[in-house]
Amino acid sequence: MSNDKEPLFSAKNLKLITTPLGKHNPITIQVLGVCSALAVTAKLEPAIVLAISVVFVMLFANLTISLLRDTIPSRIRIIVQLVVIASLVILVDEILEAFAYDVSRQLSVFVGLIITNCIIMGRLEAFALANKPWPSILDGVGNAAGYGVILIIVGFVRELFGSGTLSLPGVGTFQVVPEQFYSMGYENNGFMILPPMALIVVGIIIWIQRSKDKSLIESN
Amino acid sequence: MNKQGNSYTFIFATIMVVVVATLLAFVSQSLKPRQDRNVLVAQKSDILQSVNIFVPTDEVEDVYDDIIGESSYIVNFSGERVEGEALEVNMQREVRKSLDERNFPVYEATLESGEIKYILQVRGNGLWGPLWGYVSVNDDGTTIYGATFDHAGETPGLGAEIANRSFQDQFSGKKIFDDSGELVSIAVVKGGAPEGDSHAVDGISGGTITAEGLEDMLLNNFKGYEQFLKNIERNSHE
Repeated sequence: MSNDKEPLFSAKNLKLITTPLGKHNPITIQVLGVCSALAVTAKLEPAIVLAISVVFVMLFANLTISLLRDTIPSRIRIIVQLVVIASLVILVDEILEAFAYDVSRQLSVFVGLIITNCIIMGRLEAFALANKPWPSILDGVGNAAGYGVILIIVGFVRELFGSGTLSLPGVGTFQVVPEQFYSMGYENNGFMILPPMALIVVGIIIWIQRSKDKSLIESN
Repeated sequence: MNKQGNSYTFIFATIMVVVVATLLAFVSQSLKPRQDRNVLVAQKSDILQSVNIFVPTDEVEDVYDDIIGESSYIVNFSGERVEGEALEVNMQREVRKSLDERNFPVYEATLESGEIKYILQVRGNGLWGPLWGYVSVNDDGTTIYGATFDHAGETPGLGAEIANRSFQDQFSGKKIFDDSGELVSIAVVKGGAPEGDSHAVDGISGGTITAEGLEDMLLNNFKGYEQFLKNIERNSHE
């Protein structure tokens, strides 16, 4: 082992956080975890809460698996990963129910469905099992943030155009589109709050991202 | 020790399960009181919504104490008061009993105007799971003042629309009994209720089975409250 310690935020480590936000974004590039992205983004508030929950689950799941990586018997490693994720998710669910009851009612089954979010298990299997705790934490946060950013963008667009409001956790809902607009004949686009529009918004994000970074376009 | 061997695997799995179970049991137990309180506040918020009072979550308890406070009780099938706390009635268990054995919670709300509204609790089944709600009735014992419904898992956009204000607002002013005092309840009519019909509201396209469930729920629960409602009506004449 070399004596000079790698700095905590070395270029290599930082990359673990930044690439999932852009070039390897779990939703727009790998198209993972899309179903929850469609379901909870009709309003901004649940989208933010779910994003934070996923960051939490992913950070600690990656950390735990990485710490245990030398002790986990490889034959039951998937089960171990599942138990770790499931207990973290139950933890999040219990905490939301105790401290943010309204949001937990809105998110209903989708908190529980974090368990099935393929991004998390994918990162555990592909990264945390083979890397040290610190890079694993960064990788977890990076991927969860990449997922969360898309969730928040979609939630923002859908709530703004669908309801004319924006809602933030712990603060409440604000009317953003001014009353005068409505009297001038502006109407909320009711289609925005239906699930299909989430798919279309995600599609538009993918389109914008690919037209900006041509290297992402597959050659057929 | 061989990390791929059977005994190691078994020991690892056992320790993991015990640790996780202990942790989760501890968290669940320590958060239980807070969660129960949240459920109670949500219930009070629903009760207030049935008399068209909408307040933010942190004000629910104060407003509830102002408007209803201690004036909630349980009545039986013959409309007499029985022992017990209305908020503690487990409706899920009650609806399985026969009508004459059931407990019927009543919440008496005194509005700012001094009017008294009687809030009845209803529960039934939709397409995918239970429906529940609160219906408030004027002191004539038949005219509905407001209603609120919720559901566990009706289809979003279709059956789930019963939880929407625009659907619930239709109930205001409808009548439970007809002019001769017969129990008619409120029908949820597919394709739209006839103009001026005081016993029907518009149904929801694509939510027919949920709507039928809601209709049954209202009829069944009103049957249970029938004597109580007639007593209110009689008292209002005195």
